[in-house]
Amino acid sequence: MIRFIAALLAVFMCSSVVAIDNDVAFEDPKLQARYEKLISEVRCLKCQNQSIKDSNVFLASDLRREIRRLIEEGKTDAEVADFLVTRYGEFALYRPRVSGKTLFLWIAPFFLVVFGGFTLYRIVRHRMTLPIDEETDSKGATQ
Amino acid sequence: MNRYLLPLAAVILLIGFLVIGLKKGDPRALPSPFIGKPAPAFELPTLADPTVTVGSKDLAGKYSLVNVWATWCAGCRAEHGFLLKLAADKTVPIYGINWRDTRPEALRWIEQLGDPYVASAFDGSGRVGIDWGVYGAPETFLVGPDGIVLHKHLGPLDQRAWQEEFVPKIRAAGGNL
Repeated sequence: MIRFIAALLAVFMCSSVVAIDNDVAFEDPKLQARYEKLISEVRCLKCQNQSIKDSNVFLASDLRREIRRLIEEGKTDAEVADFLVTRYGEFALYRPRVSGKTLFLWIAPFFLVVFGGFTLYRIVRHRMTLPIDEETDSKGATQ
Repeated sequence: MNRYLLPLAAVILLIGFLVIGLKKGDPRALPSPFIGKPAPAFELPTLADPTVTVGSKDLAGKYSLVNVWATWCAGCRAEHGFLLKLAADKTVPIYGINWRDTRPEALRWIEQLGDPYVASAFDGSGRVGIDWGVYGAPETFLVGPDGIVLHKHLGPLDQRAWQEEFVPKIRAAGGNL
Protein backbone atom coordinates (compact mmCIF):
# COMPACT_ATOMS: atom_id res chain seq x y z
CA MET A 1 0.00 0.00 0.00
CA ILE A 2 2.77 2.38 0.95
CA ARG A 3 4.51 1.58 -2.30
CA PHE A 4 1.33 2.32 -4.20
CA ILE A 5 0.93 5.67 -2.48
CA ALA A 6 4.57 6.46 -3.15
CA ALA A 7 4.11 5.61 -6.82
CA LEU A 8 0.99 7.73 -6.98
CA LEU A 9 2.79 10.64 -5.34
CA ALA A 10 5.64 10.29 -7.79
CA VAL A 11 3.20 10.51 -10.68
CA PHE A 12 1.59 13.67 -9.35
CA MET A 13 4.93 15.26 -8.57
CA CYS A 14 6.09 14.60 -12.12
CA SER A 15 3.17 16.48 -13.62
CA SER A 16 4.12 19.67 -11.82
CA VAL A 17 7.56 19.54 -13.41
CA VAL A 18 6.16 19.90 -16.92
CA ALA A 19 6.14 23.66 -17.41
CA ILE A 20 4.55 25.69 -20.20
CA ASP A 21 7.40 28.16 -20.17
CA ASN A 22 10.28 26.49 -22.02
CA ASP A 23 12.54 29.52 -22.09
CA VAL A 24 15.98 29.38 -20.53
CA ALA A 25 15.97 30.33 -16.86
CA PHE A 26 17.73 33.46 -15.64
CA GLU A 27 21.22 32.80 -14.34
CA ASP A 28 20.44 34.76 -11.21
CA PRO A 29 17.92 32.73 -9.14
CA LYS A 30 16.61 36.00 -7.64
CA LEU A 31 15.66 37.29 -11.08
CA GLN A 32 14.13 33.94 -11.96
CA ALA A 33 12.01 34.04 -8.79
CA ARG A 34 10.84 37.58 -9.62
CA TYR A 35 10.06 36.52 -13.18
CA GLU A 36 8.05 33.51 -12.05
CA LYS A 37 6.09 35.56 -9.53
CA LEU A 38 5.36 38.25 -12.11
CA ILE A 39 4.14 35.88 -14.81
CA SER A 40 1.90 34.07 -12.35
CA GLU A 41 0.18 37.38 -11.57
CA VAL A 42 -0.48 38.50 -15.14
CA ARG A 43 -3.72 37.51 -16.77
CA CYS A 44 -3.58 35.96 -20.20
CA LEU A 45 -5.90 38.32 -22.11
CA LYS A 46 -6.70 35.78 -24.78
CA CYS A 47 -7.49 32.93 -22.41
CA GLN A 48 -8.94 34.90 -19.52
CA ASN A 49 -8.84 33.18 -16.13
CA GLN A 50 -5.44 31.73 -16.84
CA SER A 51 -2.20 33.43 -15.97
CA ILE A 52 0.43 33.82 -18.67
CA LYS A 53 2.48 31.31 -16.70
CA ASP A 54 -0.17 28.63 -17.23
CA SER A 55 -1.12 29.37 -20.79
CA ASN A 56 0.56 28.30 -23.99
CA VAL A 57 -1.24 30.55 -26.47
CA PHE A 58 1.20 32.73 -28.37
CA LEU A 59 0.02 35.94 -26.73
CA ALA A 60 1.03 34.52 -23.34
CA SER A 61 4.47 33.54 -24.64
CA ASP A 62 4.86 36.99 -26.23
CA LEU A 63 4.02 38.64 -22.92
CA ARG A 64 6.44 36.35 -21.07
CA ARG A 65 9.11 37.35 -23.56
CA GLU A 66 8.39 41.05 -22.97
CA ILE A 67 8.48 40.64 -19.18
CA ARG A 68 11.75 38.74 -19.46
CA ARG A 69 13.18 41.56 -21.57
CA LEU A 70 12.03 44.21 -19.05
CA ILE A 71 13.59 42.29 -16.15
CA GLU A 72 16.83 41.94 -18.12
CA GLU A 73 16.77 45.69 -18.69
CA GLY A 74 16.66 46.10 -14.92
CA LYS A 75 13.07 47.31 -14.63
CA THR A 76 11.32 47.04 -11.26
CA ASP A 77 8.15 45.03 -10.67
CA ALA A 78 6.16 48.27 -10.57
CA GLU A 79 7.56 49.30 -13.96
CA VAL A 80 6.64 45.92 -15.43
CA ALA A 81 3.11 46.31 -14.05
CA ASP A 82 2.99 49.80 -15.59
CA PHE A 83 4.04 48.41 -18.95
CA LEU A 84 1.11 45.99 -18.89
CA VAL A 85 -1.49 48.38 -17.51
CA THR A 86 -0.80 51.13 -20.07
CA ARG A 87 -1.36 48.57 -22.83
CA TYR A 88 -4.05 46.26 -21.53
CA GLY A 89 -5.59 48.11 -18.60
CA GLU A 90 -5.85 47.16 -14.95
CA PHE A 91 -7.58 43.91 -15.94
CA ALA A 92 -4.23 42.42 -16.99
CA LEU A 93 -3.11 42.21 -13.37
CA TYR A 94 -4.56 39.56 -11.10
CA ARG A 95 -3.69 41.81 -8.21
CA PRO A 96 -4.90 45.24 -9.36
CA ARG A 97 -3.11 48.23 -7.93
CA VAL A 98 -4.96 50.52 -5.56
CA SER A 99 -6.22 53.51 -7.52
CA GLY A 100 -9.41 55.53 -7.93
CA LYS A 101 -10.73 53.00 -10.41
CA THR A 102 -9.94 49.89 -8.37
CA LEU A 103 -10.55 51.31 -4.88
CA PHE A 104 -14.02 49.81 -4.81
CA LEU A 105 -12.60 46.34 -5.50
CA TRP A 106 -10.24 46.69 -2.59
CA ILE A 107 -12.63 48.09 0.01
CA ALA A 108 -15.78 46.17 -0.95
CA PRO A 109 -14.83 42.96 0.95
CA PHE A 110 -14.11 44.90 4.17
CA PHE A 111 -17.30 46.85 3.74
CA LEU A 112 -19.28 43.61 3.25
CA VAL A 113 -17.73 41.96 6.33
CA VAL A 114 -18.54 45.00 8.48
CA PHE A 115 -22.04 45.24 7.03
CA GLY A 116 -22.64 41.49 7.50
CA GLY A 117 -21.30 41.57 11.05
CA PHE A 118 -23.55 44.49 11.90
CA THR A 119 -26.59 42.70 10.44
CA LEU A 120 -25.75 39.54 12.37
CA TYR A 121 -25.36 41.56 15.57
CA ARG A 122 -28.75 43.21 15.00
CA ILE A 123 -30.46 39.84 14.42
CA VAL A 124 -28.85 38.21 17.46
CA ARG A 125 -29.69 41.18 19.68
CA HIS A 126 -33.25 41.10 18.44
CA ARG A 127 -33.61 37.36 19.10
CA MET A 128 -32.23 37.79 22.62
CA THR A 129 -35.08 40.13 23.49
CA LEU A 130 -37.73 37.62 22.31
CA PRO A 131 -39.54 35.62 25.03
CA ILE A 132 -38.21 32.04 25.21
CA ASP A 133 -40.77 29.64 23.84
CA GLU A 134 -40.63 26.66 26.26
CA GLU A 135 -42.61 24.33 24.00
CA THR A 136 -40.52 24.62 20.82
CA ASP A 137 -37.37 24.55 22.93
CA SER A 138 -38.17 21.21 24.54
CA LYS A 139 -39.33 19.81 21.20
CA GLY A 140 -36.06 20.81 19.65
CA ALA A 141 -34.18 19.06 22.45
CA THR A 142 -35.99 15.75 22.11
CA GLN A 143 -35.52 15.50 18.39
CA MET B 1 -43.82 45.01 5.91
CA ASN B 2 -40.87 47.19 6.69
CA ARG B 3 -38.63 44.21 7.36
CA TYR B 4 -38.97 43.05 3.75
CA LEU B 5 -38.01 46.42 2.36
CA LEU B 6 -34.24 46.07 2.72
CA PRO B 7 -33.98 42.55 1.19
CA LEU B 8 -36.29 43.68 -1.62
CA ALA B 9 -34.08 46.69 -2.32
CA ALA B 10 -31.02 44.41 -2.31
CA VAL B 11 -32.64 42.00 -4.78
CA ILE B 12 -33.68 44.85 -7.09
CA LEU B 13 -30.13 46.22 -6.96
CA LEU B 14 -28.74 42.77 -7.79
CA ILE B 15 -31.16 42.35 -10.72
CA GLY B 16 -30.09 45.77 -11.93
CA PHE B 17 -26.44 44.70 -11.96
CA LEU B 18 -27.30 41.43 -13.71
CA VAL B 19 -29.27 43.24 -16.42
CA ILE B 20 -26.36 45.63 -17.00
CA GLY B 21 -24.02 42.63 -17.16
CA LEU B 22 -26.20 40.88 -19.73
CA LYS B 23 -26.71 43.96 -21.90
CA LYS B 24 -23.01 44.74 -22.01
CA GLY B 25 -22.50 42.17 -24.73
CA ASP B 26 -19.26 40.24 -25.01
CA PRO B 27 -17.98 39.76 -21.46
CA ARG B 28 -14.49 39.08 -22.76
CA ALA B 29 -14.29 42.46 -24.48
CA LEU B 30 -11.94 44.77 -22.63
CA PRO B 31 -12.04 48.54 -22.84
CA SER B 32 -8.88 49.81 -24.49
CA PRO B 33 -6.80 52.06 -22.23
CA PHE B 34 -5.76 54.02 -25.35
CA ILE B 35 -9.15 55.61 -26.05
CA GLY B 36 -8.67 59.37 -25.86
CA LYS B 37 -4.90 58.96 -25.71
CA PRO B 38 -2.17 59.15 -28.36
CA ALA B 39 -1.83 56.00 -30.45
CA PRO B 40 1.32 54.03 -29.57
CA ALA B 41 4.20 55.04 -31.81
CA PHE B 42 5.37 52.36 -34.22
CA GLU B 43 7.43 51.86 -37.30
CA LEU B 44 7.61 48.54 -39.10
CA PRO B 45 8.58 47.24 -42.52
CA THR B 46 5.64 46.90 -44.85
CA LEU B 47 4.29 43.53 -45.81
CA ALA B 48 4.75 44.23 -49.51
CA ASP B 49 8.32 45.53 -49.31
CA PRO B 50 10.60 44.88 -46.30
CA THR B 51 12.81 47.83 -47.26
CA VAL B 52 9.95 50.34 -46.90
CA THR B 53 8.55 51.20 -43.48
CA VAL B 54 5.10 52.28 -42.40
CA GLY B 55 4.27 53.78 -39.03
CA SER B 56 2.89 56.64 -36.95
CA LYS B 57 4.16 59.25 -39.43
CA ASP B 58 1.80 57.86 -42.07
CA LEU B 59 -1.24 58.18 -39.81
CA ALA B 60 -0.73 61.87 -39.07
CA GLY B 61 -3.11 64.52 -40.37
CA LYS B 62 -6.16 62.43 -41.23
CA TYR B 63 -8.72 60.03 -39.84
CA SER B 64 -7.53 56.51 -40.41
CA LEU B 65 -8.27 52.94 -39.44
CA VAL B 66 -5.61 50.65 -38.06
CA ASN B 67 -6.73 47.09 -38.62
CA VAL B 68 -4.93 44.23 -36.88
CA TRP B 69 -5.19 41.09 -38.98
CA ALA B 70 -3.65 37.69 -39.57
CA THR B 71 -4.18 34.81 -41.95
CA TRP B 72 -4.88 32.41 -39.06
CA CYS B 73 -7.76 34.58 -37.89
CA ALA B 74 -11.22 33.52 -39.02
CA GLY B 75 -12.81 36.83 -38.09
CA CYS B 76 -10.38 38.61 -40.40
CA ARG B 77 -11.70 36.64 -43.36
CA ALA B 78 -15.24 37.55 -42.31
CA GLU B 79 -14.53 41.29 -42.29
CA HIS B 80 -12.33 41.36 -45.37
CA GLY B 81 -15.18 42.04 -47.76
CA PHE B 82 -16.34 45.02 -45.75
CA LEU B 83 -12.80 46.42 -45.55
CA LEU B 84 -12.56 46.18 -49.35
CA LYS B 85 -15.83 48.08 -49.65
CA LEU B 86 -14.62 50.82 -47.26
CA ALA B 87 -11.42 51.11 -49.25
CA ALA B 88 -13.25 51.20 -52.59
CA ASP B 89 -15.54 53.98 -51.31
CA LYS B 90 -12.44 55.92 -50.22
CA THR B 91 -14.12 56.55 -46.86
CA VAL B 92 -10.99 56.48 -44.72
CA PRO B 93 -7.54 55.07 -45.40
CA ILE B 94 -7.02 51.67 -43.78
CA TYR B 95 -3.62 50.71 -42.46
CA GLY B 96 -3.04 47.06 -41.60
CA ILE B 97 -0.92 45.50 -38.93
CA ASN B 98 -0.24 41.95 -40.02
CA TRP B 99 0.15 40.43 -36.60
CA ARG B 100 2.04 37.26 -35.71
CA ASP B 101 1.91 35.97 -39.23
CA THR B 102 4.33 34.83 -41.91
CA ARG B 103 5.07 36.90 -44.99
CA PRO B 104 4.35 34.24 -47.65
CA GLU B 105 0.96 33.40 -46.14
CA ALA B 106 0.00 37.04 -45.65
CA LEU B 107 1.03 37.94 -49.21
CA ARG B 108 -0.96 35.02 -50.59
CA TRP B 109 -4.01 36.17 -48.58
CA ILE B 110 -3.76 39.68 -50.06
CA GLU B 111 -3.31 38.29 -53.53
CA GLN B 112 -6.30 35.97 -53.29
CA LEU B 113 -8.75 38.13 -51.34
CA GLY B 114 -7.77 41.63 -52.41
CA ASP B 115 -5.91 44.43 -50.67
CA PRO B 116 -7.98 47.03 -48.76
CA TYR B 117 -4.88 48.52 -47.11
CA VAL B 118 -2.95 51.63 -48.00
CA ALA B 119 -0.11 49.67 -46.44
CA SER B 120 0.21 46.75 -44.07
CA ALA B 121 2.88 46.75 -41.40
CA PHE B 122 4.47 43.36 -40.86
CA ASP B 123 4.63 42.49 -37.17
CA GLY B 124 5.83 38.91 -37.19
CA SER B 125 7.12 38.96 -33.62
CA GLY B 126 3.95 40.51 -32.20
CA ARG B 127 5.92 43.28 -30.53
CA VAL B 128 3.89 46.19 -31.94
CA GLY B 129 0.69 44.24 -31.29
CA ILE B 130 1.55 44.23 -27.61
CA ASP B 131 2.31 47.97 -27.71
CA TRP B 132 -1.20 48.50 -29.07
CA GLY B 133 -2.74 46.25 -26.43
CA VAL B 134 -3.91 43.74 -29.03
CA TYR B 135 -5.10 40.43 -27.62
CA GLY B 136 -7.18 38.94 -30.39
CA ALA B 137 -7.39 39.71 -34.07
CA PRO B 138 -9.29 41.23 -35.72
CA GLU B 139 -9.12 44.52 -33.86
CA THR B 140 -9.73 47.87 -35.50
CA PHE B 141 -8.63 51.24 -34.13
CA LEU B 142 -9.91 54.62 -35.26
CA VAL B 143 -7.15 57.21 -35.08
CA GLY B 144 -7.83 60.95 -35.43
CA PRO B 145 -5.75 63.53 -37.34
CA ASP B 146 -3.95 64.47 -34.11
CA GLY B 147 -2.93 60.86 -33.53
CA ILE B 148 -5.48 60.29 -30.75
CA VAL B 149 -7.21 56.90 -30.60
CA LEU B 150 -10.95 57.60 -30.86
CA HIS B 151 -12.32 54.08 -30.85
CA LYS B 152 -11.42 50.41 -30.79
CA HIS B 153 -13.60 47.70 -32.28
CA LEU B 154 -13.10 44.08 -31.33
CA GLY B 155 -14.00 41.34 -33.76
CA PRO B 156 -15.02 41.55 -37.40
CA LEU B 157 -15.93 44.98 -38.69
CA ASP B 158 -19.20 45.25 -40.60
CA GLN B 159 -21.58 47.87 -41.95
CA ARG B 160 -23.54 48.02 -38.71
CA ALA B 161 -20.49 48.49 -36.48
CA TRP B 162 -19.21 51.10 -38.91
CA GLN B 163 -22.49 53.08 -38.87
CA GLU B 164 -23.14 52.76 -35.15
CA GLU B 165 -19.64 53.13 -33.72
CA PHE B 166 -17.21 54.69 -36.16
CA VAL B 167 -19.31 57.26 -38.04
CA PRO B 168 -20.64 58.96 -34.85
CA LYS B 169 -17.13 59.01 -33.34
CA ILE B 170 -15.68 60.70 -36.44
CA ARG B 171 -18.55 63.22 -36.56
CA ALA B 172 -18.25 63.95 -32.83
CA ALA B 173 -14.53 64.63 -33.28
CA GLY B 174 -15.35 67.15 -36.02
CA GLY B 175 -14.59 65.06 -39.08
CA ASN B 176 -16.92 65.04 -42.08
CA LEU B 177 -18.05 61.90 -43.79
